[in-house]
Amino acid sequence: MLNALWHGKTLPVLAVSAVLAVLWYMGSIWLNADMQRDAFSNAGKTDFTTSELIAGTWSQERPKLPTPGQILVELNKTILDTAPTSKRSLVYHGSVTISATLLGFLIGSLLGMGLAVLVVHVKSLDRSLMPWVVASQTIPIIALAPMIVVIMNQFDITGIVPKAVIAAYLSFFPVTVGMVKGLRSPDPLQMDLMRTYSATRLQTFLKLRVPSSIPFLFASLKVAVAASLVGTVVAELTKSEDGGFGARLLAGSYYGQTIQIWAALFAAAGCAWVLVTLVGVADRVVTKAMGARP
Amino acid sequence: MAQSGNASPVIETSDLSLTFETGDGPVHALSGVSLTIQKGDFVSLIGPSGCGKTTLLRVIADLEQPTEGAISINGMSPHEARLKRAYGYVFQAPALYPWRTIGKNIALPLEIMGFSKSEQAERVRKGLDLVNLTGFEKKFPWQLSGGMQQRASIARALSFDPDLLLMDEPFGALDEIVRDKLNEQLLRLWEKTQKTVVFVTHSIPEAVFLSTKIVVMSPRPGKIHDVIDCNFPADRTLDIRETPEFLDVANRVRQGLREGHSYVD
Repeated sequence: MLNALWHGKTLPVLAVSAVLAVLWYMGSIWLNADMQRDAFSNAGKTDFTTSELIAGTWSQERPKLPTPGQILVELNKTILDTAPTSKRSLVYHGSVTISATLLGFLIGSLLGMGLAVLVVHVKSLDRSLMPWVVASQTIPIIALAPMIVVIMNQFDITGIVPKAVIAAYLSFFPVTVGMVKGLRSPDPLQMDLMRTYSATRLQTFLKLRVPSSIPFLFASLKVAVAASLVGTVVAELTKSEDGGFGARLLAGSYYGQTIQIWAALFAAAGCAWVLVTLVGVADRVVTKAMGARP
Repeated sequence: MAQSGNASPVIETSDLSLTFETGDGPVHALSGVSLTIQKGDFVSLIGPSGCGKTTLLRVIADLEQPTEGAISINGMSPHEARLKRAYGYVFQAPALYPWRTIGKNIALPLEIMGFSKSEQAERVRKGLDLVNLTGFEKKFPWQLSGGMQQRASIARALSFDPDLLLMDEPFGALDEIVRDKLNEQLLRLWEKTQKTVVFVTHSIPEAVFLSTKIVVMSPRPGKIHDVIDCNFPADRTLDIRETPEFLDVANRVRQGLREGHSYVD
């Protein structure tokens, strides 16, 4: 057990976390001190000690930088102590975000793979489509998201779909790029082999190109699932009436609830981590079945 | 052994030329190559790098197109022969698909050619047995040594029972001890299966030991310099390499290589 702790990732991660926490608490003092001094002088309190000042900077209601402790308390309150159906619950907002993220990820991945197959097999599409795929990602999503929502609303498409479309807009790109590279990854010898068998294009695709592309695909999917979550949160900033982490962030910044913003941020990051990890697990399972060296 | 008397030609080329257009001007990979290979022959193409031996093999396999001259495989064009799956090809590297087990790799051509599941299983079993890899069916390529991988690739090339086996320096990347062993095994295999083999190599002992006919090629432009017949008893072992007869043929090959190759450049 101890040995595993020493050689595993746990100890280094804990050490880094501890250092970050210390720096963070120091940052909270630094950023919140002015406001705390103002608060003391407003209350007519002039003879405060340094430790009183520090304690004050760590317990403000709307600090410039809340402490990790305050964020954890907020997370605890909004995740565990609030009913999951309540609009104040991060579980509720999380489920809204995750469902749009997953739908967007699904659409984006399928679209990305489809485009990659076309680009690899149709020469003219390689030249005509690929530049557009790249160009699509140069438009800031924050500018595009409201337009997508508005236009889809015009066609009575509301709810989860517009958010998923925005998520898909961000997530198809890494999948297309990775999959194109993967489908082209067989070396000339492996391709020649298929030629000597007079294999059809479909057979070459299924038995050579697709299996070769799997490692590339999973690397792309990890990026794509995180991008999906970002896309969904951006969409929720525009479409905040349905809730979600984005709505929570927006509401927090409206009312200066910095602790709430940070809590939503942490929850979103946690969800992204879980999603990326799940893709990683799927990656390992599939690669193992495909005989990868352990 | 070679049934040169009554056999029909499997491969016939006449005045075959192939020029690659490159940025630095044309490269004459093959020039005026005329060669006849009879059924059951074991023909080695030997020569220094750049003499076109691999290119000639690739032309036979329809992996390259000749720019001039004629070539026929069993009376067909190489393209037709390829579509009829007339040959098995063994590359310099094993080129096993890493995500397939050894058994599945050997079954690959069978899957593509639409053999039934039971037929596939039977042929994979036979193939593994042929190259002494029984028991390794479920292993992945990286779990096998280089020599074993190359044997698996030979089993793969033979799995659909083509009459013609094209081998492009199959043992070039292996160490000498493994190479010797595989040479002996290949000889037994050829004896057993009666295939026609075209074998590219740059090793003189390998060529003399294995072949019924040695085609000495010379570079720039790639052409045939000499064709040497070589008929040692079928049950020969590696010991034959010490005999005067063997050394005689080896010397002729070496002589041919020397004449054909200018060391000026």
